[in-house]
Amino acid sequence: MADLTKLAKLLQELDDQMVGCMKCGMCQAVCPVFAETMKEADVTRGKIALLENLAKEMIHDAAGVQEKLNKCLLCGSCGANCPSGVKVMDIFLRARVIVNTYMGLSPVKKAILRGMLTKPALFNALLDLGSKFQGIFTTKVDDLLGSSCSKVLSPVIGDRHFVGLAKESLHSKIKALDTPAGKSGKRVAFFPGCLGDKMFVSVAEACLKVFEHHGVGVYMPEGQACCGIPAISSGDRVAYDKLVKINLDLFSKGNFDYLVTPCATCTATIKEIWPKLMEDYPGPMRDQIRVLHDKVMDVNQFVVDVLGVKPEAPAKGGVKVTFHDSCHMKKSLGVTSQPRALIGMNPKYELVEMAECDRCCGSGGSFNLYHYDLSKQIGERKRDNILATGAQVVSTGCPACMLQMTDMLSQHGAKVAVKHSIELYADSLR
Amino acid sequence: MTRRTILMPSAALIKEFEAVVGKDNVFTSEADRQSYSYDSAVLDAVVPALVVRPTTTEQLGKVVRLCNENGNPITVRGAGTNLSGGTIPDPREGIVILTNSLSRIIEINEEDLYAVVEPGVVTAKFAAEVAKRGLFYPPDPGSQAVSTLGGNVAENAGGLRGLKYGVTKDYVMGIEFFDVNGGLVKTGSRTVKCVTGYNLAGLMVASEGTLGVFSQITLKLVPPPQASKAMMAVFDDVNKASEAVAGIIASHVVPCTLEFMDQATIRYVDDFTKAGLPRDAQAILLIEVDGHPGQVADDADKVEKVLNKVGATEIKVAKDAAEKFKLWEARRNALPALARAKPTTVLEDATVPRSKIPAMVKAINDIAAKYNISIGTFGHAGDGNLHPTILCDRRDKHEFERVEHAVDEIFDMALSLHGTLSGEHGIGMAKSKWMEKETSKATIEFSRNMKRAIDPKYILNPGKIIGA
Repeated sequence: MADLTKLAKLLQELDDQMVGCMKCGMCQAVCPVFAETMKEADVTRGKIALLENLAKEMIHDAAGVQEKLNKCLLCGSCGANCPSGVKVMDIFLRARVIVNTYMGLSPVKKAILRGMLTKPALFNALLDLGSKFQGIFTTKVDDLLGSSCSKVLSPVIGDRHFVGLAKESLHSKIKALDTPAGKSGKRVAFFPGCLGDKMFVSVAEACLKVFEHHGVGVYMPEGQACCGIPAISSGDRVAYDKLVKINLDLFSKGNFDYLVTPCATCTATIKEIWPKLMEDYPGPMRDQIRVLHDKVMDVNQFVVDVLGVKPEAPAKGGVKVTFHDSCHMKKSLGVTSQPRALIGMNPKYELVEMAECDRCCGSGGSFNLYHYDLSKQIGERKRDNILATGAQVVSTGCPACMLQMTDMLSQHGAKVAVKHSIELYADSLR
Repeated sequence: MTRRTILMPSAALIKEFEAVVGKDNVFTSEADRQSYSYDSAVLDAVVPALVVRPTTTEQLGKVVRLCNENGNPITVRGAGTNLSGGTIPDPREGIVILTNSLSRIIEINEEDLYAVVEPGVVTAKFAAEVAKRGLFYPPDPGSQAVSTLGGNVAENAGGLRGLKYGVTKDYVMGIEFFDVNGGLVKTGSRTVKCVTGYNLAGLMVASEGTLGVFSQITLKLVPPPQASKAMMAVFDDVNKASEAVAGIIASHVVPCTLEFMDQATIRYVDDFTKAGLPRDAQAILLIEVDGHPGQVADDADKVEKVLNKVGATEIKVAKDAAEKFKLWEARRNALPALARAKPTTVLEDATVPRSKIPAMVKAINDIAAKYNISIGTFGHAGDGNLHPTILCDRRDKHEFERVEHAVDEIFDMALSLHGTLSGEHGIGMAKSKWMEKETSKATIEFSRNMKRAIDPKYILNPGKIIGA
C-alpha cells in the first residue's frame, strides 16, 4: 500500500486539470476506441475517473488502470469535443509518464526508445542495414501501395501489410542542406520526421521539390532525432527529454523563418507537447522551445498560408482523390483547408470528400503495435469510407496515417493509392 | 468521494452470468467496475459488484431473472448521462446491466409513422436514421449525441423542443419490458389508438428503472416541418422577456424553441466566445418558429410585433441557415461557457409555470447572493424549465455546503411558485428527499406499495425516486 500512496501523490498534480471533467459523457460520441469496445473504461470520462481514484487511493489495481490508460489513440477527438474544455491530452500524457514510469517500462520498449531512438546515428545505421535485408523476409503484395507482408516475421508483426523501409533513406541520399533563400525570401528548417526520412522518402523529396520551385532556402542539419512522440506516449520521459535536447541543439544553430515538417504528428509534438512539458528544463532550453513553437508549421499550411499558393477554382474531372484529416492535423493544428487547396492545384485530380473524413484512422502510433485488432477495426471503418467515394487515391498530411491506410487498403486488395497531399501538389510542378 | 468495499458475487454466480452473455460481457475487474460507479450527477460514486452486458433481449431477460433469484439489485445503464444519480448502482452487491449492445433499430415504418427500437439505440443516431427517411423524431435532450432511447424513456427526457413538440412521453406508443422474474410484459401498440389493458407504457415512462427493464420500445414519428425561422431578442428587464413569452403564446404562436439566458449566463458566454454579446442585457430570448413556409412567415411577423411591443432593446432575425447557426451560437455555448468557469458544474432543472419565470430568476439571483455562490440560469422559457447552473469547486467543502443549501432553497422556491422539482433530469437519488414535499405522504406510500407488489425483493434500481 505504501507504493500506491506514492503513485497517488504523483497523480495528485493532475487533480486541478481532472476536476474540470463534469462526467457528462459527451466523449462517448467521438472516441474511436469506445465506438469499437463500448466500454466506459476505454473512453475519456472513464479513464479520468480511474486516474482520480488512483490519485485518491481508492483503487488497488494500478496495473489495471495502466492498461486502460495506454489503450488510447491520443487522437484528441474527446478534447476537441469536450463541453468543459478539459485538457485531455495534457492529462493523459502526464499520467502516462507518471504511471508507466512508476510501473516500469517493458525491456523491449526501453531498448527501442532509450537504446536506439535517442542515438540518431545508430538508429539510422541499423535501419539502413535493415532496408538492405528486408526483401529476404518479406513478400511484396501490392505494387501500387508499395506494401509487403511477411510470414517469417508474423509472430512479431502479425498479418500486417506494411510499407517497407525505403531502399535509400533521405539522409543517405542527401546528408544535409543549407541553401539561401531564393525568390520567396524565405528560409525554412526542414524536419522530415522518422517516417519521411526512412519510409516515405518520396514525401520528403516532394517537400524539397516544392521548396526549390518557390525559391525557399532550406536548412536541413545532419543527425536529426525523432520528435519524441513515441517516447512520451509510452510514458518514457527519459528518452523523450534526450530527443528534445538533441533536436534543440541542432536547430538552435540554424537561421530560418519556419521549421517545416510533412508530418502533422511531428508538427503537433513540437508545437504543443514540447512547450507543455518544458517546466523542468533550464531557461535557455525553454526559450528555444518557445522560438520553435512559433516557427514550426505543417508543410501544407506553409505552402498555402506563407507562400500564398491557392487554386483559382478546384480542379475538376481528373482522377478522384479523397482526403483524410489526420487527428494531429485537424484537432491539434486546426489545418484543414490548406491540404485541400494543394490537391486542388493539380489538374490531374478531383477532390471528393469521404464520410467522417476527420475520424481517426486507428493508427495512434504505438497503439497500432499493442492493440492491433482494435486499431484494425477502427481502420476498417476508415477504409470503407474511402472505398465508398470510389476514389483511386487517398491523400492525407500524416505519414503515420499513410502507413495505417496502406495496411487497411492492401489487406482488402483495394486498388487505392495512398499519397501525401504535398506529393500531389509537387507532382503538378514542372 | 467515499466508496465502500464491495463484495464480489460468488464465482458460481459469475459463471452463471457468463453462461448467459458470454465471458467477454461480464466485467469483473476493479478498473472496469469502477468505471460504472458514477453518472453525470454531482453525487458520491458507488462501485457495482459486477457489470453485465447482454447482447440480445433474450439474454437481458435471463440476466434480470438471475439477479432477482440471487437478490442482486439491478441498475440499468445506457450512456450514463443521468443528472440525478439514476444510474449510480446500489451498494449492496449491485449489478449494472449495460444496454449499449442492445442497439438495433428494428423497424422504421414510413407508412404508419412509428419505429421500434432496442433500448440502447443512441438518440441522435436514431433521429438521423429517421431523418434519412424524411421523417422526424423531435425529442432532443442535451445529451442526445450519446444518450440512449431507453434512458430517455426511463427519465422522460425533454429538450429544447418541448413547448411545441412535447417530450419523450409524447412519443412512446408501446413498451415491452421484463418484470423481475424475466417475464416479458407487453404494453401499448403500433396503432395510434390503443386501450388494451392498463396503460403500463405510461407507467414505465419516467420510472427510472424501478419497475421493469425495457427490452423494446415503439416510438411515434411525425413529418418534419418544411421551414423555420430563428430570431434573437435582447431585454433590459427579465419581466419584459417574460411578457414577451406570454405575448407570443397569447398571439397563438407556438414556437418550436423559446430559449432564455440570464445576465450571468450572457456574460459567461461572452467571456468564453468573445462574440460581443450585450453584457448589460438582463435577458436574451432565442426564438424559432417552424412549419409550413407561409405559416412560418406569419408566425415570425407576429413574434416580432410582440417583441417590439413589450420593448425588446434589440431584435435580430436570421435571414438564412448560416445566420441562424450564428444566432444559436450563444445558446449552444451556454453550458460549455458555464462549465469552463469553475471546476464543478451543478446543473439543476427546477421548473415553474412560465409566467413565474421572472419571480424564479429573481429568487435564484437572491439565493446566489445570499450564499455567495455563482449561478448562471438558462433554459426553456416556453415551458418554464430553467437550468440554474451552480458554478463551484467541489473540493472546497465550505463552498459546497453553501451550494447544497442553495439547491434546497431553489427547490423550495420552485415549489412555492407551484412548479416542480424536475422538468427533465429525473428525481433519482438527488431529489428523492423532496418528493413528499411536492406530492404527499400518500403519494409516496402508494408508489412504494406498487413497487413492493411488482418488485418484492426491491432489486429494481432501489433508492431512486421514492427512496430506499
